[in-house]
Amino acid sequence: MMDGQLKKINTAEFSTSELETAVWEILETVSDPEVPVLSVVDLGIIRKVAVIAEAPEVLVSLFITPTYSGCPAIDMMNIQIRMALLEAGFKNIRIDQILSPAWTTDWMSKKGKEKLKAYGIAPPHLQKTNASQDSFQDDEVIACPLCNSVHTRLVSQFGSTACKALYQCNDCKEPFDYFKCH
Amino acid sequence: MNNISLTNYTLHLADNALIMGHRNSEWCGHGPVLEQDIALSNIALDHIGQARNFYQYAASLQNNGSTEDSLAFLRDAIDFKNCLLVELPNGDWAQTVLRLFFFSTYQYYLYQQLQNSKDPQLAAIAEKSLKEVTYHLRWSSEWVIRLGDGTGESKQRMLDALENTWSFTGEMFEACDYETEAALAGIGVDLIKVRNEWDEKIASVLFEATLPIHEDVWMQTGGKKGIHTEHLGFILAEMQFLQRAYPGAEW
Repeated sequence: MMDGQLKKINTAEFSTSELETAVWEILETVSDPEVPVLSVVDLGIIRKVAVIAEAPEVLVSLFITPTYSGCPAIDMMNIQIRMALLEAGFKNIRIDQILSPAWTTDWMSKKGKEKLKAYGIAPPHLQKTNASQDSFQDDEVIACPLCNSVHTRLVSQFGSTACKALYQCNDCKEPFDYFKCH
Repeated sequence: MNNISLTNYTLHLADNALIMGHRNSEWCGHGPVLEQDIALSNIALDHIGQARNFYQYAASLQNNGSTEDSLAFLRDAIDFKNCLLVELPNGDWAQTVLRLFFFSTYQYYLYQQLQNSKDPQLAAIAEKSLKEVTYHLRWSSEWVIRLGDGTGESKQRMLDALENTWSFTGEMFEACDYETEAALAGIGVDLIKVRNEWDEKIASVLFEATLPIHEDVWMQTGGKKGIHTEHLGFILAEMQFLQRAYPGAEW
């Protein structure tokens, strides 16, 4: 994936701030294995990137917040991030997990939300409407990502992955995933 | 609070989540309809993720070479500190959703307090987990209402489930030594407050489900101290077999 796009970076030739920009660009190329249209940056799980001058190799320090506690994709994303940075020429990489503050869909980029919709997944609402524990509350009004109708219904709060709910459009009849507010 | 008590408290939280997750995962591929099978499998995944976070923290506290895996796969029943409620067999769908409702309500109020713990890592895990449990509580309470206030058959099944499960609910609120220590240190939670909130929520949902609220009965206890029902041994036999037969085996 990186071939032709990035040559190996000689980390000694750049300042730490230039390298930091390069790291963010590399992270843009690493996708969520379960929602491949989103990069880990779009997803909002990268909380901090620091490039620290260290001998003999500069240290790339990343802080990642998992989306859901049991998300099976997080281990995969850690590996892919490490691989992408190694391929680009970084040798000293440290990835730490931070749990607080807890990940929220508010951290998903605007670009990410547009990509989701184009991919056929309804993006999370800007405002949380039903994240409470009350039973039989009114379902969120979610627009169909295909025909934009708001005449849709919730099929199940739990979908194909932890982060999605299953909806169906009453107009075009298409079932679709909704990336739920969290 | 000393390190051993803090470790025990963390293991107690981890074991509750792991064994509940294991039980719910037994439904994977057997749910009544596909969407509900997926729902319960997702919930199980959340539980197991929460357990991993607690086990990783417990391992770091022990600092003796233990890992999240060794804590889950290489301890025996007497070392497990989960409540008896979570190790009970699934029974039918009614018993599964009722037990999950009791447990999720407990976790919901417990994590609400724990996110303000003086221990930053426990607080962080609780903050994250609370978002997930909110969905579990909503989903399970809807099922309790749907079945309780459903047909004659579904109601009878909920009544039977209540009968089988109720005497295992009291243990959640009976503080054992490490919980008392944790609460005094500002690390744990006030279980009396959790109990009051739990009682209120259970009463309102059971009322809506047209199910009776049981008065105080004699409650089964022991799990938190490692004294379990025979069911836990069977769970561990299945869950731990691979790591015991092939130590260190990886996918």
